[in-house]
Amino acid sequence: MKKKLALLLVAGMTMASVVGCGGGSDAAVTSSDAATTDDAAATDDAAAATDDAAAATDDAAAADDAAAADDTAASGALIKVGIINNDPNESGYRTANDADLKATFCEANGYDASFAYSLKNEEQINAAQQFIQDGVDYLLLSAADTSGWDSVLQDAQANGVRVILFDRTIDADPSLYEASIVSDMRAEGDKAVDWLKSQNLDEYNIIHIQGVMGSAAQIGRSDALTETAASEGWNIIVSQTANWNAEEAQQIVQSVIDSGESFNVIYAENDNMAQGAVAALDAAGITHGVDGDVKILGFDTNKFALEELLAGNWNYDGQCNPFQSSYIDNIIKTLESGGTVEEKTIIMDEMGFDAETITQEDVDTYGI
Amino acid sequence: MQNKSKSGIGAFFGRLVRQQYFIPLTALVLLALFNLIADPAFFKISITTNSAGNRVLAGTPITILDYGSELAILAIGMTLVTAASKGQDISVGAAVAIAGSFILRMLCGGDSSSSTLHMPIICAFLLGCVVAMLFGAFNGILVAFFKIQPMIATLILYTAGRSIAAWFNNNELPIIKDATFSYIGGFIPGVPIPTPFFIAVICVVVITLVLKFTNLRLYTEAVGINENSARLNGLNPAAIKILSFVILGLCVAVVGLIKVSRVSSINYSVIAKDIEMDAILAVALGGNSLSGGKFNMATSIMGAYIIQFLTQTLYKYKVPSEALPAYKAVVVILLVVMSAPTVREYLSNLVKKAKVKEAA
Repeated sequence: MKKKLALLLVAGMTMASVVGCGGGSDAAVTSSDAATTDDAAATDDAAAATDDAAAATDDAAAADDAAAADDTAASGALIKVGIINNDPNESGYRTANDADLKATFCEANGYDASFAYSLKNEEQINAAQQFIQDGVDYLLLSAADTSGWDSVLQDAQANGVRVILFDRTIDADPSLYEASIVSDMRAEGDKAVDWLKSQNLDEYNIIHIQGVMGSAAQIGRSDALTETAASEGWNIIVSQTANWNAEEAQQIVQSVIDSGESFNVIYAENDNMAQGAVAALDAAGITHGVDGDVKILGFDTNKFALEELLAGNWNYDGQCNPFQSSYIDNIIKTLESGGTVEEKTIIMDEMGFDAETITQEDVDTYGI
Repeated sequence: MQNKSKSGIGAFFGRLVRQQYFIPLTALVLLALFNLIADPAFFKISITTNSAGNRVLAGTPITILDYGSELAILAIGMTLVTAASKGQDISVGAAVAIAGSFILRMLCGGDSSSSTLHMPIICAFLLGCVVAMLFGAFNGILVAFFKIQPMIATLILYTAGRSIAAWFNNNELPIIKDATFSYIGGFIPGVPIPTPFFIAVICVVVITLVLKFTNLRLYTEAVGINENSARLNGLNPAAIKILSFVILGLCVAVVGLIKVSRVSSINYSVIAKDIEMDAILAVALGGNSLSGGKFNMATSIMGAYIIQFLTQTLYKYKVPSEALPAYKAVVVILLVVMSAPTVREYLSNLVKKAKVKEAA
């Protein structure tokens, strides 16, 4: 009886996992759907990003594109790329980023791509070594941690594997990689703070909700606020980490409300935390958004956040552009055709959205 | 005469130190005293109107009851698991993500920003319970039949759980716009006390009744104290262990429902992050042995609210983010060292010696 019961349970679990896998393949299908729209957004972005100087190189790249395409068509050989990324479940940003990469680096575009995911540096380094042994042509890397990459990148160089960094930089000699395509978190923060300054509030009493301490996004976005607050005489009444977590942000704002201090700005370093903060305001009956008492600032342009902006419940959302694949694609095409990359560090163009000017089109295009 | 009354007090303190209530009560009193002296406004409770137009109670004590309730519910299940299996379940946070994600999936029916509910909340919740209990049973089977240490066995779900949670919703972030759904993590119209506290009270009453009217306590403790003699006395240790994990699964589903209701959404990677550690700490704070056997449910639940009390105190005094874990660690070290059996033995010996001296 006992054995039968155990067998039944194990069978149940197997069923559950099969169902789970079914869900997984569904996910793959929908994500490729999403990817097509993402891709469109990315090309829009790239187009928007091109200033005059870049336009010239872009044209060259486009020309090279054609040449490279001919090459691959002639030889029929795919470019082998190994992509090391963080776990796509980490955030909406990462999900969009992963879907964008998957859509660009596919066989139809002349790539043979392998993916490895981890939030741990050591596991990523192991994956990189594996890719080098497999003889990939390019290694694309979004490092979990900034340090510890020197020796593996030297291995890559020795084996003729070219490295391109995306999303995050590392502490290694720039000669070890071809290019680095990153978001400037500090610029994102500055853009948001400039917007805040332009609001000309009578006084600034700010609740500052930080991300995971020490992460690039937290440092850049926090520094932008604290430095301007010091120079402008703004009052930051609390500065606390909620670890990118909505419920922690809710508790922090709740504790400020409980203490009876007044505030009129919430600067949350991502959308989830802004969402948690707003939940606390709603529970206490404090108005927020365009016609409200408290200004809400978030980051990352999640779709739900942009919809809140559109509805006037929040005031500002800063973009953190996850669509690097078109930039990477251009660089690879340039290198394949024998060209050189002129700028090692490419900073992506990023936008900020104001609740008073945002349109439904923005929500559809930039929401991730 | 005077001597006698003193020794009476000494005996009283001696008994008190040996009581399991001693550590959590001391911690509670110390925290309360500290806050009372530093700023009595900490305990102020006022009535405000929330954005839905309800008049509700507000203030730090209410916040503690509100947010501590999730931990208290988890502490119930964790106490049973600890007592029966001589180990802890570290997959609780991941399991909360699974349960929460599943409930959202059922409610929004695959449409990531649906404005209508696809089934009654209670149905989604019951299905969520079944899923969470299945995962609990999975942990339980690994522990009971395969004799894997609980921490190692639950490491599997700890690692995989958040990805499984993301699967349920195709890695999207569903948002529920229905107002009734937010009542669970907020306030029911017309009721000024946060709903999570009511849910915790219901859970506590249910588990108290179960422990009083069934043999659950006896069997669990018997298995935890000596598995072999329990078996020789006709108990089935494997079944008892699995049962404890399934009950924890039920607690997890309740917490998952509250968590996703608070913000009407979910973030797979951070929802209920590190909550397993707080739940284990609540059990330890309650003076329960982490190596199984006899347990006290009431002190575990007190432990949970004390942890929230501590968190809220640290927020209140605006401890800088970088230093927050360090402060918490210091307090935790003090509490855990105080609750260690050797230290308590030493303390009660001190009291005894003082008594002997007085008598002499």
